[in-house]
Amino acid sequence: MKTINALISASNVSVFKHNKSILKNIDIQINKNDFITIIGPNGAGKTMLLKCLMGFYKPNFGEIQKKDKLKIGYMPQSINVINTMPMTVKNFITVRKKYDDISFKQVVSEIDIRQLVDKQLSVLSGGEMQRVLLARSLLNNPDLLVLDEPAQNLDISGQLSFYKLIQEIYSKRDISILMVSHDLHLVMVSTKKVLCLSNHICCSGKPQQVAQDPEFISMFGKDMANMMAVYQHTNHTSQIDNHLIDGEIK
Amino acid sequence: MSYYGESIAHSSLLGVGLGILLGTGINFGIIVVCLLFGILFLWLQQSKILSTDTLLGVLAHLALSIGIIVISLNRIKIDIHAFLFGDILTVSSNDLWMMYLGVILVIFLVSFNWSSLLLVTIDEDLARAEGINPIYINLLLTTILTIVVAVSLQIIGLLLITAMLIIPAATSRRLANSPEQMALIATLIGIFSVILGIFLSVEIDAPSGPSIVVVSATLFFLSYLFNFLIKKN
Repeated sequence: MKTINALISASNVSVFKHNKSILKNIDIQINKNDFITIIGPNGAGKTMLLKCLMGFYKPNFGEIQKKDKLKIGYMPQSINVINTMPMTVKNFITVRKKYDDISFKQVVSEIDIRQLVDKQLSVLSGGEMQRVLLARSLLNNPDLLVLDEPAQNLDISGQLSFYKLIQEIYSKRDISILMVSHDLHLVMVSTKKVLCLSNHICCSGKPQQVAQDPEFISMFGKDMANMMAVYQHTNHTSQIDNHLIDGEIK
Repeated sequence: MSYYGESIAHSSLLGVGLGILLGTGINFGIIVVCLLFGILFLWLQQSKILSTDTLLGVLAHLALSIGIIVISLNRIKIDIHAFLFGDILTVSSNDLWMMYLGVILVIFLVSFNWSSLLLVTIDEDLARAEGINPIYINLLLTTILTIVVAVSLQIIGLLLITAMLIIPAATSRRLANSPEQMALIATLIGIFSVILGIFLSVEIDAPSGPSIVVVSATLFFLSYLFNFLIKKN
């Protein structure tokens, strides 16, 4: 395999299932310090694309190359262990991980879950569980963080504070982020590139470009496009946004 | 997937029949048939043609039925009743050595692969992201279950082996704070149930399998009561 500069590079990837096309001719490159958000309607193949890129699923056509020794941190939507097994947060975060005490404490304070580490997973709220999943995916200092609809089960204030946390991680760490999210208006401030997927790539580029793309507007409607434009254009808006987030947490 | 163990246990009767018919011995027959059955199941599950529950329901009872047909058509003289419900009196000293070997093997396999088994149980995709192939871990689990079925078949009986896979673990779930504790406590509860169950079966002249299951289910209800009382105080 030839060496590549991108962390992950996919070319011409197609996936079929039961004679139905799930992904069609996808080209995507994830580079160092990228922050890519994948959006698209249900059944657009977003999760399948993540699975292909991470190597869980072998596409029917196309090629996916990963950088040598690429460390991926993966945060699933949810896990189902909660009632079958007793497990503390610390135990869960460190299962099958090579780690030292310092890096564990670092992650715990970064994600702000110090008060949770000795609790049982079964008593955590939705927001707490998402933070714990995030902490686990960050423990090995990954080069790439992959998030699959990370804030899906959270209420609006939970979503705001969760995305703020992701933004902080992105700005403090030397990390690339690949995220599937429906909450486009909330991630607008952080994300550098948006990829609009509906089995094929409809449009991609900077958020404000995508917002003006006819395919995007036909898929998400004029309101969404306008909303994105508002979030995008003025810093002022994002400051208000941040202010609002602080208010919600405290 | 709790009934995966039951399905493997159901297929063991075919192993018993074939083992006697081909002269390879019961244990060898059970291990080969259960392993093949487990692999067939994993393969069919992977292909996602049927739902897991449907697949288990069809295959498990098919295997049991074929086992009984093979045994009765060939007029193999075994006490089917003893294999269904367990009979401690059929255990020879040779079987005991097989059990020791099986137990050591299971402890070895489980403890060496503990964290991988744990992670695949929690979430298969999480495991994949960290470089584990869940197929290998599921094959390992099949192997472990096969050994457990083979060594406990004569005491517990194939219809009740699932009970011993589930009840002690469910009891221990209430008492433990970590997966490791849960496994350890479940083992101790299992051992205690078997000993007490065998005493009970001698005392009232009942088959060993049902006696053991009754004891372990009693412990299960007691643990709930215990938990309830603690929470109330």
